[in-house]
Amino acid sequence: MKFTVDWLKNHLDTKFNNNQIIDKLTNIGLEVESFENSTSESDSFIVAKIINAKTHPNADRLKLCDVDIGSDKTIEVVCGAPNAKNGLLTVYAPPGSIIPKNQMKLSVSKIRGVTSYGMLCSESELLLSNESDGIIELKNNKYANKIGEKYFKNTSEKVIDLSITPNRPDCLGVRGIARDLSAAGAGKLKINKKSNLKHRGNQNIKVTIKKEKAQGCTIFGSCLIKGVTNKESPKWLKDKILSLGQKPISAIVDITNYVMFDLNRPLHAYDADKIDNEIIVRSSSKGESFEALDNKKYILENDMCVISDRSGVLGLGGIIGGTRSGTEYSTKNILLESAYFLPRSIRKTSKQLNIDTDAKFRFERGIDPLSIEEGLIKASELIKQICGGEISNLDVKKIENYKKTSINFDPFLFEKTTGFNVENKELIKILEKLGFNVSKNKKILKLAIPSWRPDITQPIDIVEEIVRIKGYEHINTLEPIKTRLKPTLNYYQKLFHFLQRSVASKGYLETVTWSFTDSKINQLFKENDEEIQIVNPISSDLNVLRNSIFPNLLFYLKKNLDRGFKDISLFEIGPAFKGKNPGDQLTVIGAVRAGKVSRLSWNDKERIVDTFDVKKDVIQSLCEAGINKDDIIIDDRTPSYYHPGKSGGVYQNKNEKNAIAYFGEIHPNIIKKLDIKTEGLVIFEICLDYIKESKQKIKDSKSEYKFSDFQKSERDFAFIINKNFKSQELVNIIKSVDKKLIKSVRVFDVFEGENIPEGKKSIAVNVTIQSEEKTLNENDLDNINKLIISSVESKSGAKIRS
Amino acid sequence: MSDIKKIKDDYIDKLNTENNVDKVNNIKSELFGKNGIISNEFKKLGSISVEERKKLASDLNNVKDELQNKISIKIQEIETQEINLKLEKEKIDVTLPERDIEIGKIHPVSQVIDEISSIFSEIGFSVEEGPDVENEYNNFTALNTPDNHPARDMHDTFYLDNNKELLLRTHTSPVQVRTMLKGKPPFKIIAPGRTYRSDSDQTHAPMFHQVEGLHIDKNINMGHLKGCLNYFIKEFFEVDKIKMRFRPSHFPFTEPSAEVDIGYEIKNGKIVIGEGDKWLEILGCGMVHPNVLKNVKVNPSKYQGYAFGIGIDRLGMLKYGINDLRAFFETDYRWLTHFGFDPLDVPSNYRGLSR
Repeated sequence: MKFTVDWLKNHLDTKFNNNQIIDKLTNIGLEVESFENSTSESDSFIVAKIINAKTHPNADRLKLCDVDIGSDKTIEVVCGAPNAKNGLLTVYAPPGSIIPKNQMKLSVSKIRGVTSYGMLCSESELLLSNESDGIIELKNNKYANKIGEKYFKNTSEKVIDLSITPNRPDCLGVRGIARDLSAAGAGKLKINKKSNLKHRGNQNIKVTIKKEKAQGCTIFGSCLIKGVTNKESPKWLKDKILSLGQKPISAIVDITNYVMFDLNRPLHAYDADKIDNEIIVRSSSKGESFEALDNKKYILENDMCVISDRSGVLGLGGIIGGTRSGTEYSTKNILLESAYFLPRSIRKTSKQLNIDTDAKFRFERGIDPLSIEEGLIKASELIKQICGGEISNLDVKKIENYKKTSINFDPFLFEKTTGFNVENKELIKILEKLGFNVSKNKKILKLAIPSWRPDITQPIDIVEEIVRIKGYEHINTLEPIKTRLKPTLNYYQKLFHFLQRSVASKGYLETVTWSFTDSKINQLFKENDEEIQIVNPISSDLNVLRNSIFPNLLFYLKKNLDRGFKDISLFEIGPAFKGKNPGDQLTVIGAVRAGKVSRLSWNDKERIVDTFDVKKDVIQSLCEAGINKDDIIIDDRTPSYYHPGKSGGVYQNKNEKNAIAYFGEIHPNIIKKLDIKTEGLVIFEICLDYIKESKQKIKDSKSEYKFSDFQKSERDFAFIINKNFKSQELVNIIKSVDKKLIKSVRVFDVFEGENIPEGKKSIAVNVTIQSEEKTLNENDLDNINKLIISSVESKSGAKIRS
Repeated sequence: MSDIKKIKDDYIDKLNTENNVDKVNNIKSELFGKNGIISNEFKKLGSISVEERKKLASDLNNVKDELQNKISIKIQEIETQEINLKLEKEKIDVTLPERDIEIGKIHPVSQVIDEISSIFSEIGFSVEEGPDVENEYNNFTALNTPDNHPARDMHDTFYLDNNKELLLRTHTSPVQVRTMLKGKPPFKIIAPGRTYRSDSDQTHAPMFHQVEGLHIDKNINMGHLKGCLNYFIKEFFEVDKIKMRFRPSHFPFTEPSAEVDIGYEIKNGKIVIGEGDKWLEILGCGMVHPNVLKNVKVNPSKYQGYAFGIGIDRLGMLKYGINDLRAFFETDYRWLTHFGFDPLDVPSNYRGLSR
């Protein structure tokens, strides 16, 4: 909402200066977006100095001037003036400026083969005098320090631009703003002058508001103005329209706009001679169409509120008029409309047709239903004053009467809500200035709500009115209450933080990517999940919610590889979506690692990252987050986007459906499809939601502290075993031989090939044996060894290597 | 006696010039071995008179001690020399690079969320979460923003179905609704998380982060709101004093509503929070609207309180001098390395929020 200070002063008697007004507006909730001079065409003319004027290479009568316009570099301008000479101070017009004399817009152009950037101006070109023989010569003593500054002072009034919240339609007019300011002590609201407008004759175009279920209009006021001469608006009116940032069109249109911004009372002017017999306000039928004043043709749906005549639709009520009945300079007779349209209807229609106009913006927020006559009178007066003509009596058709509403307000609610007290007297004064009618019934105030405040419906609205006018600075700053109702984080939130930081501490950079992704990449990772499409995506390559974190992570990995980085570790912790309903999402860590370990190392052999790198990262992170390593099982069931032979899942129970984590190489087909170029690429993911919440805290679930000082022994074994037999099972078999004595089993060698039969492999393990009761003798150890060998051989089909 | 002295002097001289441990050991056995010179001298003691023996024995013992002492010093000397010589050969260039350090980082958004959680934890708030996909009711209607409300235009919403029933939450406020519907007052929560709006330009991203705050009890008023936010902003920006301005505004789900500005100035091209005469809007807040409380089955005549919503990304940008919001979500290795935080740098009250 834009307006000038002097426009405000039409409604407000105030001693406040501009800055005080600006501050007050902000303090009462009318946020000032900007306070600036409205732009003027004359802004572009700049004081400049000719540094060097030489003869144009291709034309003796033209000069080529290097001009200082106050910026780093001089500008080259071709000039035909005889007085252009070195050192001359003059006025420069850059490309884009409009020359007042001929209204021509300058552009960069070649004059006789040399490019000229702008122009040096004569007095006549700037309409300062008739002097056109040479360019302006500015006096040295006055202008020497002003090179680069504007030549013309901007005399236009400063414009205040307010951002009006959707609850305050009344402040979409200058008078409403003045009223709020007056309530806040910034001056006195001027009383509207009583009109002494003389009406002659009746409004004899018949108006009917059809009683229909979907009728979007409840009041239609109008008057006829006969014998007008439409013309260009006078300067004061043009300036007002310009200050709004709009273009003056004609006096009639400018006046209706002016009244809209002045009183927040949208109006519409029809060329009365173009109306076919009568006005019918009705609901549209699907397929009806009309050409609107924005020069677009709209095809209507059912139940849109239209203003029509016998020939069809004239316009959309409260939104936009049509060209068929539009006013022109030749218009002689006008029908002026001032109506009330229901916000819901306006909003629905404008959304369906995607139209936004100043009138629509106001009606959808709620216009004062009692401002019909005021608007008609104010506009008619101005039309008569500027365009002449005779004004008929006002004709107001209604299908519903406005009912005044009131609220019972207990002033205690104010203190209860805001924490501070305002005397009843002051409180009543504020409300009265805002337009409330206040009557007292013991402690309770009965407040009649002003017709221009559709936002006020309950006592809390009154609290807001008083506190914003009184000023938020009166609210105390109380010490925070430290009472705690429950722990800050629950188990899964803690898990989130632990895992996030433990993964990062393994050398991974945390990233945050969109929750949406490209369906083409997503489908490589979605497994059996449904694709969740976004109806109105920001772009076609962000058109689905991600079923997995990997589509985005790999997309950005590729970008970084393309930037020339080779060894990259990235992870993200966030949602992966499993369905389109609220809550169908899992919190997942996805991590990728690409490139080599020890690249270009002077002392270590470099190698490509592999599955066991990420296996370490994932297991260590889980352990750091509080999961016991002995409680997890590794399996090779993994999603299809993993390399089928080089990936694993981490499970908390043997037959669990969902792994808490996966790790391994990515499927080669995916690398190919995504065209990722790297030596190695391994990934892991952890699904936090699948991790079972431990019943006890770690401190409570620890076993008793016990240790043994008896001598420990180590024994190595090598078994020949089926190639597909899992080392984890071998280790478990050995451990289960004697859980008390066998302290640890470590696989230290695996190989196939030479001396090993086809389909077999050799696994070597180191077993630590220690008793808690005695030092084991050779006999004891021999027994254990035999037991280990026989157990392994019988349970796994392995053979001990001799 | 002279014999003994001569032996001693000869061998001391010998030892002085000797530089080989083996040779010193040879000397040792030459002197003290089974048939060593000194050993033999001791053997002679038996054949001389008692008086002479007494003196000679004492002399012999002195010589023996002196020589043995000399031998052990010499051996030590040589060994030290040998070690020093060996060490000199073993010198490595310690300026050669160490094995690769793998540096991981925490994203600024995560760090800021942890900072915020830490601050609010200090004054008794707990953390709640809600889903990213919401229904229309929780995101709008329950928050007193019915379908025909123009405030909906301010939220460019991503929808998941044509009936506009399912959407990506446009703010974290639906967590208020969920929290209150599933529990009983009092409530004292913050809810950080992802939020979505379908606009995208230099200063807007289609996804961003907010933290919602909600404190509902019997007597919570605007003074508590002001106190809580004043505390938060001071703690967050780690300044002693903060210039803060509450400005009336409008949100359908709070009334009265306020926007909060903080004072700042530009010093040496950098933004300084807490002083200066410029204002920067950083959050929206207000008293929870009675209609909202009714919608979540909380009696507004018994309970009242405040709610606020803060843009997390913007707070992070201000605190850590990050200019471009879009860069948060572009996963540029260089940016993540530059602006990321060490994983051990866990924000906490006792250690100070940031390093």
